[in-house]
Amino acid sequence: MTPFLEVSGVSKRFGGVQAVSGVSFRLGQGMIKAVIGPNGAGKTTLFNMVSGFAAPDRGTITFGGHPIHGQKPHQVAARGISRTFQNIRLFEHLSALENVMVGRHLRSRAGFLAGMLDLGRARREAAAVRARSLEVMAFLGIEGLADAEATSLAYGQQRAVELARALASDPALVLLDEPAAGLNMRETRDLAGLITRVRDRGVTVLLVEHDMSLVMEICDEVLVLSYGEKIAEADPRTVQRDPQVVKVYLGEEEC
Amino acid sequence: MRPAVTPPVNRYGHVGLFLAGAAALQLATAATGKAFLLTQLTMSAYYTLAVVGISLLMGYAGQISLGHAGFFAVGGYGSAVLTTLDLTPWRAQPLVAVAGRLGLLLAHADPYGGELLVVQPAAAGLLAVLLAMALAFLIGIPVLKLKGHYLAMATLGVGTIVYSIALGTQWLGAADGIAAVPPFPLPLGAEVSGRAAGRVTNYYVAVALLAAAMLLLLNLVQSRVGRALRAIHGAEDAASAMGVDTADLKLKTFVLSAALAAVAGVFLTHYNGGIGPSEASVMKSVKYMAIVAVGGMGSLWGTLGMSLTLNFLSLRGYFGIYDDAVFGLILVGMMLFAPQGLLALEPRRALAALRLRLRPAPEEPR
Repeated sequence: MTPFLEVSGVSKRFGGVQAVSGVSFRLGQGMIKAVIGPNGAGKTTLFNMVSGFAAPDRGTITFGGHPIHGQKPHQVAARGISRTFQNIRLFEHLSALENVMVGRHLRSRAGFLAGMLDLGRARREAAAVRARSLEVMAFLGIEGLADAEATSLAYGQQRAVELARALASDPALVLLDEPAAGLNMRETRDLAGLITRVRDRGVTVLLVEHDMSLVMEICDEVLVLSYGEKIAEADPRTVQRDPQVVKVYLGEEEC
Repeated sequence: MRPAVTPPVNRYGHVGLFLAGAAALQLATAATGKAFLLTQLTMSAYYTLAVVGISLLMGYAGQISLGHAGFFAVGGYGSAVLTTLDLTPWRAQPLVAVAGRLGLLLAHADPYGGELLVVQPAAAGLLAVLLAMALAFLIGIPVLKLKGHYLAMATLGVGTIVYSIALGTQWLGAADGIAAVPPFPLPLGAEVSGRAAGRVTNYYVAVALLAAAMLLLLNLVQSRVGRALRAIHGAEDAASAMGVDTADLKLKTFVLSAALAAVAGVFLTHYNGGIGPSEASVMKSVKYMAIVAVGGMGSLWGTLGMSLTLNFLSLRGYFGIYDDAVFGLILVGMMLFAPQGLLALEPRRALAALRLRLRPAPEEPR
């Protein structure tokens, strides 16, 4: 199978810190893959490079055969890659529904003129965007939050709204940056089910996660980073037994 | 904090209410024999046209501008120059000849009995607005990459440049500005001019123009683009991750707000029959910004109300020689006590904020 997302030898340096060095990996369509590693291992930098928030110093990233490294975030998004943020980044002063509707920006067209003149075309499109956004919220079981101010919601609910926003664009690949951070055990279990259902709808998932139970439960593959380098890449069982991984990462928690 | 969710309001109804209120005001001035007040109300409406554009830029797109008096002046001066500059010496020039054949030129008598060949006001106004938009576009590309106070300083620089050019250029009238700007003809025999006979008509023209602009902006902020703009204001990186081309939307909003300022400049110049460099001054830009701050960032109606009121009071001379100081004070006060605008303020919260500001910070226990 041709890889869906192919990252080849990407490196990124911030001042004196080599955040990511020479990391390569592939992600097949319909997979759930986790990037794990201790704090400062370069997981978020890797994510930022895939989503266009940071340009790699070296290396290439292709998605569906198109090079996307060095492109701007909105260009990467237009290729069908959506993301969430480690520190939830919801739009202040917008309702939860409006937040999700912004997620559908790429799937709608109306510009300045159509909007200002309130053309029928723009109205119909807005109604469709609204309906589809409510559908996505219903899929995540949060349609009841539609009219609440997004940034005033409880933490777990904000995470769900952010996920809905990321899914509203019907992405081919969604990047989840620590989706379980700040969630309690029950919420994390719900999230695991949710991510699996997202994948079952045909969305490929790449996630950064600290919660090992979540990673082991739902992921097809795990990529382990340490000090910016890839030290392992395999299925969860194999990774768990990898002595090097145990040493740098799991060992600290299990021994 | 503003209420988060913009209720599904009847925008058309609100604009209708505004028009009804404006008509009631006109009838009241007529009934009380104070029709002369309409002059300042008309001017205030034109300034408000510029201010609501800035409100879109600041309150929705989150971009600051201290240069919009510059765009206002480009509109005003552009129209003033084109409608007063005698083109007779260049009659044979291809560009002038073509414009003449297209009916864009107009011969009219000058005050000394001679005849002038000038550009039609409608064409002149359109050109002036397009010029301001082009300027905003060219400046906006590099400047809008800046954020916060850097953007404020860069736009301040732009405003200063326009002011200096207006003040220092002989054929723009230098410190005197341009006078004897002809009326701007409108359909049905109406015209934008300062003639006392057309005072009521001119008031309604200005009000109608403002109402139309409000309707367009109210539609815009509820549209896909408006939602994206508010998203940029809320979390720019997340907006771009959702596919919003933030640079493009910010630039277009900047150009749109410059266009509104320029349209205001064009009409006010024809209404006043002239324009001077003070219209381009930085103090004007500060005034506009102060009004947006008072009206409430992200509240078009609040800004409209405050702008009509404050500009009217200012034009009537209520603030006397302290006019600039009043607007400076307003800006400082708003930033300190009610950065969300006066209408978002609850009296109790305001008092609490005031007490908090005035009370010295408690000393750290050692």
